[in-house]
Amino acid sequence: MINVNRKGEVWVFAEQHGGKLEDIPLELMSKARHLADILGVKLASMLLGGNCKTVAKKLIQYGSDKVYLAEHPLLEHYQANSYAKVIYDLIHKYEPQIVIYGASITGRDLAPRVASAAKAGLTADCTDLQIGDHTSAKGETHKNLLFQVRPAFGGNIIATIINYDRWPQMATVREGVMPMPVPDTKRKGEIVVEKVQLAQSEFPIEILAEHKQAKKVNLKAARVIIAGGAGVGSKDNFKLIWNLANCLGAAPAATRAAVDLGFIDRDHQVGQTGTTVRPSLYVAVGISGAIQHQAGMNQSQKIIAINNDPNAPIFQIAHYKILGDLNMVVPKMIKAIKEKSIKD
Amino acid sequence: MSKSSSFVKEATVPYNCVVLIKQVPDTKKITGQAMNDDGTVNRSALPAIFNPEDLNALELALQIKDKFGGKVTAITMGLPAAGAILRDALFRGADDAILVTDQRCAASDTLATSYILSCAVKKLDYDIVLCGRQAIDGDTAQVGPQLAEKLGITQITYVEKLLELNGKTITAQRNIGNGWQQVKAKLPILLTIVGEANEPRVAAAKKLMRYKNAQAPVEIKQRLKVQNPNADEQTLSQLVERKCGMLGEKGLLIKQWDLDFVGADLTWCGRNGSPTKVHRIQSVVLTAKESKNVEPTDGGIAEMIHELIRDKTIA
Repeated sequence: MINVNRKGEVWVFAEQHGGKLEDIPLELMSKARHLADILGVKLASMLLGGNCKTVAKKLIQYGSDKVYLAEHPLLEHYQANSYAKVIYDLIHKYEPQIVIYGASITGRDLAPRVASAAKAGLTADCTDLQIGDHTSAKGETHKNLLFQVRPAFGGNIIATIINYDRWPQMATVREGVMPMPVPDTKRKGEIVVEKVQLAQSEFPIEILAEHKQAKKVNLKAARVIIAGGAGVGSKDNFKLIWNLANCLGAAPAATRAAVDLGFIDRDHQVGQTGTTVRPSLYVAVGISGAIQHQAGMNQSQKIIAINNDPNAPIFQIAHYKILGDLNMVVPKMIKAIKEKSIKD
Repeated sequence: MSKSSSFVKEATVPYNCVVLIKQVPDTKKITGQAMNDDGTVNRSALPAIFNPEDLNALELALQIKDKFGGKVTAITMGLPAAGAILRDALFRGADDAILVTDQRCAASDTLATSYILSCAVKKLDYDIVLCGRQAIDGDTAQVGPQLAEKLGITQITYVEKLLELNGKTITAQRNIGNGWQQVKAKLPILLTIVGEANEPRVAAAKKLMRYKNAQAPVEIKQRLKVQNPNADEQTLSQLVERKCGMLGEKGLLIKQWDLDFVGADLTWCGRNGSPTKVHRIQSVVLTAKESKNVEPTDGGIAEMIHELIRDKTIA
């Protein structure tokens, strides 16, 4: 077990593949910076890889005070056993109080293996992290704990999880829920080079082949999103969504139900099992607003809901509520937008 | 060795597969009635189902058995009611079913759960341990990798295809979100299986007939208690013993293990063994701070569009 070191640092796992940093560690950086500042401790990144030194500077520009750099030719390709071992050893050596991972496929493969080795707690898929105090049923107060906030039960409840007696406090955080900070190219930090000793036996996985395709749509970067649900009715009718998206320069998106019905490709799915988005404008067309869908879009700055069911839950979170037939409303929106741009 | 072959070739040896399954509330069916007044979820108001991706794990184990021979053991940790999914696993083709149930398991988080399951799995001969990628009640995907660590074996998570098994090694394809990865590793191995991996088979009529009366001792006791409300504890346990004996002879007794039997150290079980605690639970009630109704008319919609352009929401 790891000592409960209340002066320990805040750590972020800097996921990189082939020397290229993923977005998720950078997304985590602003929140982690905030947590470290409240606690008055340093923020450090753990960077493991074959040849990834160049990435360290970027982590500092995005908010890290320190980068623990573990380079080894055998660490070139991620695998759970070896990465978990190196991270466990680092945790054992430096006793951080908080360790945060992205809830990417790699993060979800790695973090539980580390947690099990360290016999530490781990909360999956957090959507927020805070620092707070907890008073137990026995009346003991634990100060400055990591509040690990996550949806549970298919998104129907929000649970705040803590661990006060076994450290480090660890969490994975959903991709897309935390805004990326603006890098400061003048920021200074320290790179701590770690010597790692690894045997071939710690690499039980042989990677034979890999195929990655770029996502067809980048929903996370879209300023405006037009999303359709099962209520759109058919793949053919989904062209309404595409048309409205085209005339606004927006990204077309969908609920899981619409994707399952084959209206649009899974890359476009917003929600708990899809992408989490926070655009300036989210137009929900024929979407009832299941809690799983809301979990992926309720941080949108403005929401327009178009639905013919006055009781659709989506109306509770909408800023503009349009009760009506989407087949009438969407063309009217397209018309209004076109007229406006002609006048200008 | 041909990399492109599906897992049909060379292998001759049978494999022992252990499949970890979980009974979960059907979170997709949550409605107003399933919520308590304080905003918590009333689990008993939700149908309890076989965790969907665990069915994919069971299916993959059964396919391995169909191809190479061997044994499929389904194991679950849960309340006595979880006997239902063990029967379901038997109906679909599992050879053996084990219910790990003990009140001291209550309030276990993923770390304690993986510890208890590791104690149970260590009592079995296994080549391949399979479980669903994640369960729909917690969606954590943590128990698989934690169990692998505790068993000291390699894990392959997010498996969507089994490519080859040749007695000593396994080759599998992982779904890595925006693509796939093919990996090879030595046995024993733990796999977590995604929903896209296969179509789970349905119960076989013959097996359903054979196993419909299969029960674990705790289920037998519950039933006999209802049937004999006035029986004292001693009579009841005699009745239970007799019934267990009868079912055992027919091969219909679901094995039931408690923490003592699996040799678990109680320090690592239940609430004590769980580092994570709940600080607060809130029900999700989201509302927009300000909202307006827009008439579905040309005028109403044009006014809304103008407003969005004025405040620079859209260009």
